[in-house]
This record gives sequence, structure tokens and C-alpha cells, in this order.
Amino acid sequence: MSLAPFDAATLYGLLGAVLVGIGLYGIVLHESFMRRLLAFNLLGGGVFILFGVVARRGAGAGFPGDPVPQALVITGVVVAFCATALAITLIERLAAKDEASDGDHKS
Amino acid sequence: MTAALMATTPGGLLLVLAVVVPVIGILALWLVRSRDIERVAIATLTVNLAISLATLQAVRASDAPLVYLVGGWLPPLGLALRVDGIAAVMTAMTGAIVAVTALYARGQFGFDPQGPEQRRPMVFWTMLLAITGALNLIFAGEDLFNLYVALELLTFAAVPLVSLDRSRDTLAAALRYLVFALAGSVLYLLGVAVIYGAYGTLDLVVLSEMRGADGALLLAIGLMTPGLIAKTALFPLHLWLPPAHAGAPAAASAILSALVVKGSFFLILRLWFDLLPPGLGTIGANGLGVLGAGAVIVGSVLALRQARLKLLVAYSTVAQIGYLFLVFPLATGSEAASPFASLAWTGGVLQLLAHAFAKAAMFMAAGLVYEAIGNDRIDGFRGLGRLAPVTVLTMTLAGLSLMGLPPSGGFSAKWLMLSAALGEGAWWWAVVILAGGLLAAGYVFRILVPAFSAPDTPAERQHPVALTRELAALSLAVIAILIGFLPLSPWPLLAIGRLIQVSP
Repeated sequence: MSLAPFDAATLYGLLGAVLVGIGLYGIVLHESFMRRLLAFNLLGGGVFILFGVVARRGAGAGFPGDPVPQALVITGVVVAFCATALAITLIERLAAKDEASDGDHKS
Repeated sequence: MTAALMATTPGGLLLVLAVVVPVIGILALWLVRSRDIERVAIATLTVNLAISLATLQAVRASDAPLVYLVGGWLPPLGLALRVDGIAAVMTAMTGAIVAVTALYARGQFGFDPQGPEQRRPMVFWTMLLAITGALNLIFAGEDLFNLYVALELLTFAAVPLVSLDRSRDTLAAALRYLVFALAGSVLYLLGVAVIYGAYGTLDLVVLSEMRGADGALLLAIGLMTPGLIAKTALFPLHLWLPPAHAGAPAAASAILSALVVKGSFFLILRLWFDLLPPGLGTIGANGLGVLGAGAVIVGSVLALRQARLKLLVAYSTVAQIGYLFLVFPLATGSEAASPFASLAWTGGVLQLLAHAFAKAAMFMAAGLVYEAIGNDRIDGFRGLGRLAPVTVLTMTLAGLSLMGLPPSGGFSAKWLMLSAALGEGAWWWAVVILAGGLLAAGYVFRILVPAFSAPDTPAERQHPVALTRELAALSLAVIAILIGFLPLSPWPLLAIGRLIQVSP
């Protein structure tokens, strides 16, 4: 909180925006599926932080935070986890196929 | 006004059933013996079809949307399910196509006592039910975050269908599809965060009442639209679609091409017409129209150049999705009292319906052709008409609708869009529609001409095909034709329950 001229919400907002930027860059420009998956996770992390900022700024009535965005983030994290698990499974299967064919199909 | 729009209506329970029944079906699949999986899945989908038709009938009869408040909580605290005229039509379309696809897929993924592989039927039927439930939730959902979860369910159910045969190519196609879809849904989620931050609610009805010319809303829609476009495979974000849809087994391709891409399109439609204030969206709507026009031309030209039937049909999906996006400039630019009473609105919905039925029939026919001659290379189609007359008839009828020759659903859709474009003096959209129709005629005749010509050597059928499966495909093609006999004017049904645009 002492990081003037930012208050905590602005700082986290900027951090979230940076993560979104890095993630978008990675997901668009990388070739490898693994890197794109990691970029997707960064992007997701950035969005979740932004939800936290929204919760902080939107809190009224003396609450320290708005609970609704927090509930949304928890759901979002579960969904992102499932997506990552599904993508990892596919990447593993693909890698196994590539190994089986002695690498003559390397992409 | 909110209170009047927001109370559980009689028949609201149907919406809950539409979401819950497929999920119960999935759970039941795990409880029964593997040889009964098919029967349970088909029974579930039959019940789902009955529910969706009852929903449509209830909306028509009451001339008002069906609403169900989950747990009795009013938005913005609670979640509402709400089905208006267009959503009811979409639900019924989904119910019908999924049920017929299930009949077609019977036996393809069926129980095989000799085969060691027992997982494929389980995966296929689970995912088919999951797609049904997710689509029903997308059509009935009212809360933007709820819709996000439904979109993700749809993606997670669709991706495994692409790589059912586990070859290297389909795994790569599934991964590429997943990456596009995930990037799209994160962008959508970012837009949800912005909207919640600005308005403190995610309920579409509540939001539509407080909308204004607001930077936050524009930013949110500017983020969500590209995300949803990536999921819908609108040009130029269509690259994942052809390998994914062409690599999947025929029954799965039919569902992916006919229904799954329509889910995210429906959300774009809701965002643009329910949330954006009138007049504000004109530039954006024209932008979407330009992308749609690009899709029509590029998709059709690429379809003309394909050597394999399934890839040709997949590229034709890219082109036909393009037509859907012409609705945005045409409906916002119309002189009608509201965009929902315009010719273009009905034309767009007809295009969506006709394409769904015709494309599902086309992919099923492609699968049957593959079984009949052992491959789907178009230069090997000579004499197909004698080998598989019902299948070729299916392709002909579905092709008529894709080209837009009368009488067919595709003709009605394109005719309404053409009239809308000429009525508004926007001749450039008319040129695109006509050019797309000519190109579509090109690729459809590329299939049909060899199929109807006499073979050089009498070919033999490789594989016997059950007549029920051929008839399943044919019935969808016939429905695509029958849609063309509906009256050529705006349907009042499609305007039921739309949130009327109030000028600020």
C-alpha cells in the first residue's frame, strides 16, 4: 500500500494487464503447443488477477472485497485447470506418436 | 420492468430439464453395461428432443419467453435461465440434429464383443450428450459467466471428438482447435471481468436495461467478439476448422460443423443485439460483415480446390459461416421497427437452420461414401450413383440447399438476405451473396457430376451399409429442403422475447 503513486488495486491491475499481454503474445506467436499452453496459463492468470482487482474496487458497504468475482475466479481456475489437463494429455499422445514414428514427422 | 421479465414462467422447468437430462444421461452411461451404452444415450437424446420441441411449443403458445430462476433467486444475485423465440428454435434444431446423428452413429461406435477397444463408444456417446447439454445451456443461459462455463463445456466435449481415431494428424488438429478455443474463451472471460467491473452484474437482461454509450461496454465487446469469432471459425481465424472437422469420424463431424460452431455464433448475436446500444454498433457490424464476406469468398474458393470430399465439405462450412455474419450489417441497417423484425434477421436464422441440417446431412453422406468406396477422393466418384443411390440423393438435396437453389432452406435464407441488402441499397453485400452462391454451385457440381456419370469399370461396394443410416442422413437433407417451404417473410416467432432496443 505504500507504493505511491499506485494503490494496491492499480498495481495489481497493471500486473494483470502485463500478464495478459505476455500471454497473448505467446499464444499467437509461438509454434510449439507446450509453449502456447503455458502462454494460455499466463493469460488466464492475468485475467484472474483482474477479477481480483474488480473485487477490490467494487467492494462497498464496508466489505473488504466483493465476494462475487472471487467465486467467479475459483470457477475460472477450475476450468483453466481442466483445459490444461486436456491439452497436456493431447500433447503427450502427440509426442508418443512422434516417438513411435522415429521422429520422421517432427513438427 | 425487470420484475415482470424476471419471474419463473409456467413451463420454465423445461429449461432446467434441457440442461439436466443430458447430464443425467452421461451419469447413466457409466452405470450400465457397455452393450447398453448406445440404447441409454439414444433414449436420453429422444427425451431431449421431446423437451426441446415442448419448449418451442410453449414459447409459441404463450408468445413470451420462458424464464426459470434457479433457486428462486432474482438476478443479479441469482442465475436465470431464459429462452426466447430464437433460442427456442435453436434448441429444437439441436435436439433434432443430435437425435438423428445418434441414429446414424448407431453401430459405428457400437459394442463389439471381439474388439479390445472399449473406450471409443464411451467417449463418443459421453461427448455427444455433453455437447447437447452445453448447447442447451448456451441457448438458455442468461448470465455471462454461466455462458462462459457453457462455452468451455462445449469446447471440452468437442475437442475429444476430433481425435477419436487417435492418428497423429487428428491429434494435432484437435490440439490446434483447443488452442484457438482456449485463447478465445480467455478473451471472452476478460470481457466478462470488464463488464462486471463496470456494471456489477452479469445478467444480460439487467445489463441491457442499463446499457449506454459506455467505453467499458465497447471495450468488453471488443474483447469478447474476437474470442468468440475464433471459436466460430470466422475468416481469418478459420485455420483450425478444416483439419479438425475433416479428420473426425463422420457422425462427429456432422455435430461439430452443424452445431458446435453455432454455439459461439449465438453468443456473438446476443452480445451485439442485446447489449450494444443502437447506432453504436454500425461500424463494428460492417466490420463483421466484411469478415463474413471474406469467409464466403475464401472458403468457397478453397472448397473448390480440395481433392477430398470431407475437406471440401469442411471448407464449405467456413464459407457458410460467412453468410451468418452478413446478418450484422444487414439487420442493424434495416428500416424495420427493430432489427428482430427485419428480413435479414429471419434470413440469418434460416441460413443457420438450413446450413445446420444440410451440413450434417453432407458430412453423414461423406461418411457413407467413404464406407461405400473405401476413400473419399472426389476423382474416384464415378459411378457412385449406382453404388449408393440413397447417399447420392442425400448429397444432391443437401447440395441444393448449400448452393441456394429453390426450393430449399438455403434459397430462402439467401433470398431474404438479398432482398434485405437490395432494400437497404447495400448492393455490395448482394454481390457477395450471389458470388458465394455461384462458387457453391461450383463445388457441389464437382461432387455430383462424377457421382452421376457412368463408371469406366463397374465398381463394387466395399462395405454394406445399414439402410437406417442412409435414411438418417437423407431425413436431415429433406428437412433442409422443407425449410424452404416456410413463408418468405420475417417470422414473428423470432422476435418473441427479444430485448427491445430503447434509444438512449
